[in-house]
Amino acid sequence: MTPPADHDEEHWVDPEIIRPYVVTRGRTRPAHGRFDLISMALAVGPLPGPDAGLDPEHLRILQLCREPKSVAEIAAHLNLPAGTIRVLLGDLFDRELVSAQEPQSEVDMRDVRMYRAVLDGLRSL
Amino acid sequence: MVFGRSERPRLPTAIKILIAGGFGAGKTTMVGAVSETRPLRTEEVLTDRGIGVDDISAVEAKRTTTVAMDFGRITLSNDYVLYLFGTPGQERFWFVWDELAEGALGAVILADTRRLADCFPSVDYFERRGTPFVVAVNCFEGAQTFELDEVRMALQLDPSIPIVMCDARKRDSSREVLITLVKHSARLRAEPVGT
Repeated sequence: MTPPADHDEEHWVDPEIIRPYVVTRGRTRPAHGRFDLISMALAVGPLPGPDAGLDPEHLRILQLCREPKSVAEIAAHLNLPAGTIRVLLGDLFDRELVSAQEPQSEVDMRDVRMYRAVLDGLRSL
Repeated sequence: MVFGRSERPRLPTAIKILIAGGFGAGKTTMVGAVSETRPLRTEEVLTDRGIGVDDISAVEAKRTTTVAMDFGRITLSNDYVLYLFGTPGQERFWFVWDELAEGALGAVILADTRRLADCFPSVDYFERRGTPFVVAVNCFEGAQTFELDEVRMALQLDPSIPIVMCDARKRDSSREVLITLVKHSARLRAEPVGT
């Protein structure tokens, strides 16, 4: 999209900046919880129909999350900022359409079993 | 129909490792070499008041910045997924580093011997934050070869911090760097867990 030649530079807002706000209707934080960049999400149950009152972006997330996906992956596939995905995931979580898993925390970094699992996984690549 | 909680499939837990280093040191190359897909890109749109801005009408008046991060995924098992994040190069994005470093297993700092000073800020950052890290010297073609001890001295690295050679384009070589980091992090932080 090209701005008109005589547009006032100071009042021009990049549509790439606006789109995320439109998708979330101006919300910048999810209603509940906090989704980390690598929180994992998985769609639960069958895909809701068109009468469920969900936006196209919600449905795309549900389709993508038939396999576990992180917030960062969803953002990359939908080409939206991670903050926007957090808000949309919050909507889906509230309606019990996704389940979520928080990432390994700083405290969990002492778990020797986690290190063994990571080493085993890397060695078998 | 919604599944009952007990019927829900278990979700894997995500772990992250950061790939840091100067511009052009091979961060995205390494992410791509060892991940199961081509590197993905995620963006955070930030204003100079931070992310938590609620009023769209104010956007015009503020500077907006998009911080892009390249990352990749390695599915380790049914229980764990590993994400590799290339850190945003510009040092004015330290606050993004803080978010990335939170809960990270550790960091790989890629060093280019032609521009060794470029990785000083990364070394300082992870030392200060207490994040376990290793230094991987990316062997570029045509680059003068250095002994690892020389690089260690130039970076003033503690003797306990592993430093290895690597070829960030190669899957096996990048995987060995990750294994070195995981072992190092385990030595520093792992404790036997009671049952």
